[in-house]
Amino acid sequence: MMLKPFLAALMIASPALADALRGTGDLGLVVEREAGSLLVVDRSERAALGRIEGLGDLSHASLVYSPDERFAYVFGRDGGLTKVDILTRQVVRRVVQAGNSIGGAISDDGRLVAVANYEPGGVKVFDAETLELVADVPMGSKTVGIADAPGSRFVVATWDTGEVWILDHSADPAQPAVTTLEGIGANPYDALLTGDGRHYIVGLFGEKGLTQVDLWQDPPKVTRFLPDYGKDQPDLPVYKMPHLQGWTLADGLFALPAVGLHQLLWVDADGLAEIGRTELAGQPVFALARPDQREVWVNFAPPDNDKLQVVDVLTHEVLDTLTPGKGVLHMEFAPRGREVWLSVRDENRVEIRDTRTREVLGEIEARAPSGIFFTDRAHRTGL
Amino acid sequence: MARLALLLVLLAGTAAAGPPDAARQDQLRHLVRQDCGSCHGLRLTGGLGRPITAQALAGRDAEDLSGVILDGMPGTAMPGWRPLLTEDEARWIADYLLTTETQ
Repeated sequence: MMLKPFLAALMIASPALADALRGTGDLGLVVEREAGSLLVVDRSERAALGRIEGLGDLSHASLVYSPDERFAYVFGRDGGLTKVDILTRQVVRRVVQAGNSIGGAISDDGRLVAVANYEPGGVKVFDAETLELVADVPMGSKTVGIADAPGSRFVVATWDTGEVWILDHSADPAQPAVTTLEGIGANPYDALLTGDGRHYIVGLFGEKGLTQVDLWQDPPKVTRFLPDYGKDQPDLPVYKMPHLQGWTLADGLFALPAVGLHQLLWVDADGLAEIGRTELAGQPVFALARPDQREVWVNFAPPDNDKLQVVDVLTHEVLDTLTPGKGVLHMEFAPRGREVWLSVRDENRVEIRDTRTREVLGEIEARAPSGIFFTDRAHRTGL
Repeated sequence: MARLALLLVLLAGTAAAGPPDAARQDQLRHLVRQDCGSCHGLRLTGGLGRPITAQALAGRDAEDLSGVILDGMPGTAMPGWRPLLTEDEARWIADYLLTTETQ
């Protein structure tokens, strides 16, 4: 009979098959910015699986994931846009699309990848499959804070001209309908889109206060808020710009890193009124809500970048000050918040901590790690 | 060694003068790459801040540059580094930027 050899072959083949097949839901990438490489990490194993090399200048690099969580699009400082396969750990495609880039986003249908460029200032949009150029939108300014809004839209702010641009690719990807909002404020340095895709919040470096754009309104409604923050005291030097991604709404509040003040600002998300401040150990860079939103975790600009502080969302008090090591550049929470992974740049390692006990659970060697990105980002708006 | 250096710095107080020693030079190179690099790029080719490669800075005066490092540029995002650097260290960084090929 044919059946017996077939079954035998199947029995031999299946362990290999089980080995070869795997999901990507617990994988992630760690940017090794000086080496121009990415470390592929496995959250379940708390281990590195391998490395992807040859990505160019990864200063300030960030990345987004394809909807199937298999491919990542990496945005490098040298204008490089690189598509990598995290399963085979290979570069699939790479284009150098500008002289100097800051970040990017992927559309909600996964078909378009947009890159925000400093030089030449503007946004270029690429086909996610082929990395062929689909649309080029010059903006005459350095661009910051690009985010993906629902309906094949991208939203970005302009550093030099203080505008917000909305590109709507839904009708014709190659000819986006462009909405330009002027007078957003002086020198937007970063922005964030809330998880529902409604509110785009712009941080300003050139003046006090922030600006919110309500994308549900037509035309989008622009509101300035916290116009006085910081005016009552001298500014402290800012040795690293805060990042606004991850200003997650926690308990109806925004927890915002102040600029030029060693404070976390608590803002009521409905009325946009300040309701409190928390004194911190330094200039905050990231203020990230733990996924359950019970705590906000904060890291700092030099010279305080060896520390982390954990702040209680209900009381606004600092619960813990941790000292993971020199150059804590980034924090990434496991999707349900149980663990946090920290890049400790100057100690060439990623540290994994339990978010409740704060205990160190593991450590992974990495070359001067910066950003850490888990694949669950594929399914979150505005990252 | 580090303790001795620290002691000397403490003894010298804020007036700590003289060019940085080899160990401090290593720290300063690291600071240029990583911390200046936050805005100017790891390879100093520019970012939110302008390029500060030797080529981009050609013709600039070292004394003038060390002033910018120490006191920043009002009206821009360039902060003053005086709280973290001595004048000699800022001057060393200015010379380093003007004479070092990056990449």
